[in-house]
Amino acid sequence: MAQIRKATGIVDWLDQRLAVHKLLDVLMVKYWIPKQINFLWAMGVILTTLFTVLFITGLLLVMYYKPDTALAFDSVNKTIMQEVEYGWLWRHMHGVAASVIFLIIYIHMLTGIYYGSYKKGREMIWISGMLLFVVFSAEAFSGYMLPWGQMSYWAAQVITNLFGGIPFIGDALVVWIRGDYAVSDPTLTRFFMLHVCLLPIVIIGIIAFHFYSLRIPHVNNEIAEELDFDLEAEKYMSGDTKNSKVIPFWPAFLAKDFMYISLFMIFFFYLVCFKFNFAMDPINFDPADALKTPAHIYPEWYFLWSYEVLRGFFFDIGGIKAFDIGLAAFGIAQVIFFLLPWLDRSDVVKPAHERPLFFIWFWVLLIDLIVLTIYGKLPPTGVNAWVGFAASLVFLLLLLVVLPVITILERKGAKS
Amino acid sequence: MATSESRRSFMGLAFGGVAAVGGVFSLVAMKKTWDPLPSVKAAGFTTVDLSSMQEGELRTIEWRKKPIFILKKDANMAKDEKRDVVIDNSAYTVVIGLCTHLGCIPAYVPSEQLFKCACHGGEFDTSGKNVFGPPPRPLDIPPFKIDGTKLVLGEEGPEYQKMIAEA
Repeated sequence: MAQIRKATGIVDWLDQRLAVHKLLDVLMVKYWIPKQINFLWAMGVILTTLFTVLFITGLLLVMYYKPDTALAFDSVNKTIMQEVEYGWLWRHMHGVAASVIFLIIYIHMLTGIYYGSYKKGREMIWISGMLLFVVFSAEAFSGYMLPWGQMSYWAAQVITNLFGGIPFIGDALVVWIRGDYAVSDPTLTRFFMLHVCLLPIVIIGIIAFHFYSLRIPHVNNEIAEELDFDLEAEKYMSGDTKNSKVIPFWPAFLAKDFMYISLFMIFFFYLVCFKFNFAMDPINFDPADALKTPAHIYPEWYFLWSYEVLRGFFFDIGGIKAFDIGLAAFGIAQVIFFLLPWLDRSDVVKPAHERPLFFIWFWVLLIDLIVLTIYGKLPPTGVNAWVGFAASLVFLLLLLVVLPVITILERKGAKS
Repeated sequence: MATSESRRSFMGLAFGGVAAVGGVFSLVAMKKTWDPLPSVKAAGFTTVDLSSMQEGELRTIEWRKKPIFILKKDANMAKDEKRDVVIDNSAYTVVIGLCTHLGCIPAYVPSEQLFKCACHGGEFDTSGKNVFGPPPRPLDIPPFKIDGTKLVLGEEGPEYQKMIAEA
């Protein structure tokens, strides 16, 4: 045991028992951040803030929510919205945060892609981040189901049906996941368990891992300069703060982050107070009806791109059923970004504007994702179906073929 | 020294063995916890009397929480030996009303004599066969038994078994 002496105060008392000074050094005061980063690097802190908002508002909502098909709809739309004081606020904050968090996740991901932050040495940061994205998707979907409106019900119907496409065990798997022949009470209660218990625990675990994985290779910067963090930190601590290329996370760097959080929160509460409807689909205010499908069903905006990849392949090719091609493409779309560090064959870490072909690739990818998102919402008939098909094909080609080719060319160009 | 090493590895193996057996049993138990409950499985039979149906009429009933389309074919509609359910000399199309693509409910459009699914544009003819769009197979036929003019859903009668054997 360490030598315990009479403490000079509360902090010292804690320091002797929990080494709080050392802990704060490791977590904040001696955690070094490059100076040359822009507002796009603030997305991680904004995501942490949003997750906290979701967690707290979720706790308040779950006190009144009833996971029972007979009670769920009214417990949300009547009890929480009309009876519970400020219930409407927690619900709208929860709904808007769930939607906006995906916008920030996408910006965070695309920033990583643009600056090559997934490459050489930072692969685990990228992979843990992608894991978070996938679990967040499951969390969003399981939560979307809980108010038991028409869109909730049919989203659950369609998504659980996707597992029916798995060879041999598909049909039995769908019944097993639902706990019934159709989506019904057992399905609701188990998705409730996933949404409020298992998935949040998993998310918190992966967030901790994501942060940890950042500590060793350190955060990338705007010009992808390779820094000797030990050397720069020493410069900073010896008093040469001006010439050092790094600053400590606390207090210097967080000051900047707090400004971005403030700006973001103004935007967030503007949405919560004035534009909350965008996260509340009108069809979901009809109670679930197993015998009537709404005329158009579509997911929330953040899943539209992969939904369009799923339905983009609407005719059979070479004897393979359209359904199976779509399902395979959808499966690829879910996992392909995990492989990005290996699809990009060049190990030069540089921002996209210093890699001409990659730069074009990046913007084509972004435009394609936007096209997929727009057409994912439109009815899949006539010309729309063909645009969806082309955009889905472009998506797969960009990631599976074009990116490896571009980066191989880049590597050869760099050598000669 | 050597003895204690081998004792340690024996204990390691013994623990590993016990943990593996326990792990397998708990996985089985967890899998079964997610299976449909006996009460869910038991509530699976529905009887409908078809004697009052008109030619060309479509009736939608509920069976195992799924919609079932029963269409009494009129003279204009093509007969399908393999899929028609013949009761009292009339041909009926009896299908589970869930699109075989992703499980939405297609709507019947009498003027075109088609079942159209709004979600992904799938279309089925009056025999329930997929004629357009992404659905990979015709609408599924639920297990049925013919009892006079009545249809019992959920029970596999001889007509159903014959139909499945030919398909």
